[in-house]
Formats: sequence, structure tokens, C-alpha cells
Amino acid sequence: MPHSYPALSAEQKRELSDIALRIVAPGKGILAADESVGSMAKRLSQIGVENTEENRRLYRQVLFSADDRVKKCIGGVIFFHETFYQKDDNGVPFVQTIQDKGILVGIKVDKGVVPLAGTDGETTTQGLDGLLERCSQYKKDGADFAKWRCVLKISDRTPSALAIIENANVLARYASICQQNGIVPIVEPEILPDGDHDLKRCQYVTEKVLAAVYKALSDHHVYLEGTLLKPNMVTPGHACPIKYSPEEIAMATVTALRRTVPPAVPGVTFLSGGQSEEEASLNLNAINRCPLPRPWALTFSYGRALQASALNAWRGQRDNAGAATEEFIKRAEMNGLAAQGRYEGSGDGGAAAQSLYVANHAY
Amino acid sequence: MAYRFPALTSEQKKELSEIAQRIVANGKGILAADESVGTMGNRLQRIKVENTEENRRQFRELLFTVDNSVNQSIGGVILFHETLYQKDSQGKLFRNILKEKGIVVGIKLDQGSAPLAGTNKETTIQGLDGLSERCAQYKKDGVDFGKWRAVLRIADQCPSSLAIQENANALARYASICQQNGLVPIVEPEVLPDGDHDLEYCQYVSEKVLAAVYKALNDHHVYLEGTLLKPNMVTAGHACSKKYTPEQVAMATVTALHRTVPAAVPGICFLSGGMSEEDATLNLNAINRCPLPKPWKLSFSYGRALQASALAAWGGKAENKKATQEAFMKRALANCQAAQGKYVHTGSSGAAATQSLFTASYTY
Repeated sequence: MPHSYPALSAEQKRELSDIALRIVAPGKGILAADESVGSMAKRLSQIGVENTEENRRLYRQVLFSADDRVKKCIGGVIFFHETFYQKDDNGVPFVQTIQDKGILVGIKVDKGVVPLAGTDGETTTQGLDGLLERCSQYKKDGADFAKWRCVLKISDRTPSALAIIENANVLARYASICQQNGIVPIVEPEILPDGDHDLKRCQYVTEKVLAAVYKALSDHHVYLEGTLLKPNMVTPGHACPIKYSPEEIAMATVTALRRTVPPAVPGVTFLSGGQSEEEASLNLNAINRCPLPRPWALTFSYGRALQASALNAWRGQRDNAGAATEEFIKRAEMNGLAAQGRYEGSGDGGAAAQSLYVANHAY
Repeated sequence: MAYRFPALTSEQKKELSEIAQRIVANGKGILAADESVGTMGNRLQRIKVENTEENRRQFRELLFTVDNSVNQSIGGVILFHETLYQKDSQGKLFRNILKEKGIVVGIKLDQGSAPLAGTNKETTIQGLDGLSERCAQYKKDGVDFGKWRAVLRIADQCPSSLAIQENANALARYASICQQNGLVPIVEPEVLPDGDHDLEYCQYVSEKVLAAVYKALNDHHVYLEGTLLKPNMVTAGHACSKKYTPEQVAMATVTALHRTVPAAVPGICFLSGGMSEEDATLNLNAINRCPLPKPWKLSFSYGRALQASALAAWGGKAENKKATQEAFMKRALANCQAAQGKYVHTGSSGAAATQSLFTASYTY
């Protein structure tokens, strides 16, 4: 083994670690507002709004004009490149508005998925070219963290060993490059919920994927205390006939994480995938009430699960902006409670649910 | 990916997980009394006692027949094959004496090192052949955990990727086979303290080794909740001119572990390597007082560091029984306190003095 060449100085490590801890401070999570132009097209078409740059700006303005109530439940906002350089109606850059609330600014840096030849429709993610320079510029322009999404799927023959190893490697390269520029990398190895597999299968696959991710991060000398993980919760496939309670999802999720995510990682910020707003909050709450010891913060990095109601209330009308912003603030506060295991949901108390946790040796 | 084939049933997992937790409950640790015949020879030679089977039996008898209260400090004892079948002077099997004290019985399973050709004198460990059958027999004979020691060293070009990978793989195969037979595997990837490298370098190597070990355990479908880890503490090489405090050793050690060992692992029982009895206790205590999050039990699996005084007190003479047993009990109790961060070293100004010596972990 070659003699070690430290990737980061003590000061660099301290900065990264402080940023990560601030994002996942108790009761706080992330607003994922980084939908690409293509993704925004889908969202806006659902409410009959044209996908123009101005409409995208107006919509993000609805979210970012939330009042100080969000300070206690939002630790970071992830931006898409276009939005990162946009301003509100008064000419104030969105990045500044967010920073002024004491919330950290993040940026999506991947450039989408590309196919892996010879596989059953599997992909890797591109975006490494010139990433060092891009990160350096984003850092100067106010970003303190970044996000990169890899995608894996469950079927008879997937995820293949190649897909797992290739995506883990690309995540580790991205993470290493971010840290060189004082940017905390959020590592997102999403396993899609598409399919009819059961909870156990998803757990098994999640454990294999996460083990590969953390081995790759170790191989690439990534400083774990200065990273965050954005995984899927462990859930059955959308088409699975068996229904599971939030407690079962929580136990499977926390078990998988305990077996693969080193305690040095300060926080796990779940993606919401296809979950409804309420499901995403209930599941996050159950995760935080799970009786297994959990050495990392367990919180949210939600897109749709924070914005669905707001989008619906807005429908492209300026007059609806205030009401839409309220919807967002409400969801943010609920998830802030869920991140502490204090969300009461639609009336069902915590005590009743507690007994639904099945001992983890069954997982 | 092939559809999964569960390696263990729910009942098997429950049994393994309960055994592992019992061994490290409430500050308890492990007495590593599994010295091979050759190694016992080294120990006995120092106190000028002949290395006969009877002498080995007598010394182990003294350790195992101490007062029952030893079960507050010792959760498990690792035996060598010969010792598993030996009896005390009344004809009672050692393993039954231990079990009656509520102590879990373990067995050394590896069969020594083998060279890795093409490396700078690095090794792997043998013992996989027929291991399943051996484990099944040991389980019938009252054993509930196994131990397998892999060795890596820090030197020019060492540890090489091959040595790391090969030893991690052998450890994972051993662990998988143990679990199939109801034995909790203690996974021991020892990075030797030989050399003049500093603390930081040992930490770097330990992190790489442990990351490889846990990837291999995952690849081999090992149930982590039913395993224990027996690593080296992170220390400078023996010939390193720089001296470090227990707090520095503790911070480097816990930092390395928390970057590599999943929280599912119930306990980490350090080996003592070449440390003196007192240093092994002081370091373990500092580790348990380290301010970083520690989701696993941090305890001991000591050989020399539990037995050195006892061996010296014995000198091979039956009339020294009381002194021998007292010396052993004293160390057992001290380490149990250290495993809870409650050890007070006579002569020190207590906990407050040491707390301030921890340097923040981001410098590690």
C-alpha cells in the first residue's frame, strides 16, 4: 500500500463536517427543489401550467418566500443550475434569500443517467467531466453542498454486479471531487420502487448496494464525516400485493442502514420516491421511533413529498402564491416533527404503533 | 443479482445475536486463553516452567476455578482445542466449570498462517478445510463462539491489496461457516504494532483493512448482529519515537472504527497485542470515555494483558494458587471497569484530568 497522502487538511475536514451537521441539525431536513427542466415539465403539466423559465422561477419563488417558520425545519435546499442563478421579483437572488434564513444552499451536479451496454436496461450517471471546476465556481457562488443521483432497479436479474459497482464508483469519484472544493456531497444511490418484489427483497438489495457504496467511498479516501447519504427507504415494490405498516418499513430500513452505514456518517436524508406527502411523513416518523439504536440523524430530503400540495394550490396563479406557500410550510413543519419521531399524523397515537415493531432478527 | 437465498433462519439469527450480546453485556469482556502449545511454551519458559500438558492444564485450572463473581467481568473465554477437553483435578471438564459460571465458551478455529507468494513476507490464514464439521462438533461439545486471527503488518509495500483482500475473504468464509453451525464468529484482523510508523499511519491502515473486512462479510452474507470484532487498537509502531497519550490512542481508534464498523455489530473486543496489563486497561478506559458516538460495546479480549501477573505469581507452584487467582481477578475487574469508562488508575487525578486531553476528531 502506498504511503498515505491525506486528501484533506484538518481545516477542510472541519468545514465539511460543520456543514453536514448544520444541514441535519435536530428537527431539520432538506427541500429538494432541484427538478431539472424536464422533470419540471411533468410537474407543471399536471397543473396545466406551461413549462417556461419564468413559470419555473415563479414557482420556486412560492417556495422560497416561506417565512421564518421554515428556519427550524429546513436545514438545506437543493437547487438546479438554472434556479441557482435566478432572482425573485425584487431582484434578490434566490440563493441569498435562502442563505439569509440561515439555510444552506446545495446544487444538483450530475448530468443524468446513461445506459450501461450489455445490461437489462441499467444505467450509470454522468457528470464527472470538469466537475472540479464546476464545484469550485458553485462554492464561490454560495453552494455548500451538492447532490448526485444514481439509479438502480430491482427485477429478476437486476441490479447486476456491474450496475452496483459502476454506480458506487461514480458516486465515490463525485464525492471525492466535491470535498476537494469544500462542498459536502450528498450521496444518493436510489433503488427504484418499481416492481412487485416484497419488503425483504428490497432490504436485501439495499444492503448490497449500500455496502458497495461505502467500500467505494473508503477506496476513494472520502471523509465520511463530511458527507450525507440520501437513500430510498426500504419498501415493497409498487406492484407488490402485500401491504406493510410504517413500523415494518421502519424496521427494515433501519436494519439495513445499521448493517452498512458507518456511524461516522452524520445524517441520512431519505428520498420520498413515489410516496405521498402523508406516507413520507408517517414512514419517517416510524423510522425515528424505531427501537433499534440509530447513530446518525434520520431525516428527509423530499421533493414531491414537500411540494405536491403547494403545487396544487398554486396552479400557476400569482393570487394563489400565499396559500401555496402555506401548504409548503405546513408540510415542512410536519416533516421536521417526523424527523424527531414527534409527528402525530392523522390522529393515530405513537403508543399504539410502538407494539407493531417486529424484532429485528426477523429481518 | 441472483434471487436471495437466506443464509440463516430467524431462529438461527436470534440465537447468534443473543450469544454475542451475552458475551459483551454490562462491561464484560473475553479472556483469551487459547494460546497454542507453542505459544504457551513461550509463556511458560519465561517463568521457568516446563511446557507439559499437565502444566498447561494446571495453569488454566487456576484461572477457571476462581470465584463465581468473575462472571461479572468475564463474559466469554476462548479455549485452545486441547483445553476444551481437559478437566480440573476433580475430573470436571473445564468447559462445564465455565458454563456453570454463566461464561460463554469459545474455541480458536484457525490453523496458523501460510505465506502469500509474491509479497513482502505477508501471510494468510489456514483452517477452512473441514471447518463446518469441526464447528458442528464443537457446538455439540458446548462451544458457542469461535475465533480466527488474521495478521497484517505495516512495512514497505505492506499491507498489500492482496494481503488485505485475501485475509478479509478468509475471515468472511470462516464467519459464514461458523454461523451455519450456531457459533458466533469473532473476526480478528490484527494489524501488528511492529515498525516505526506513527499513530496516523496505523489509523489509515486500520481503516482500509476494516473497510475491506466489512465489505467481505457483506459479500459472504454474514449476519453482523451475530458477530464480534477483535481488532487492534490504533497505536504507533513499537519503534516509533513519538509517544502518544491514552486519549490520543482512544480518539484515533474510535475514529477508525466509526468510519468502518456498522452499528449492527454488537461488540468490539480489542486485542492487547504487546501492551502491558496497565496500558491495555488505561487505553480501553480512554476509549470508553472518548466523546465520539460509540454504538457498539467497546470491551476486551485479552490474553497476556489478563494473565501476565497471574503467570508471574504462579511460577509453576501449587502453593501460589491464591496469589495467582487474586492477580487474575484484579485484572479482570479493572478491565470490566475500563469497558465502562469507570477505571480509576491509582495515582492519577481521576477522570477530569484526562477528559481535556481528547483532541477533536476532525484532525484524525
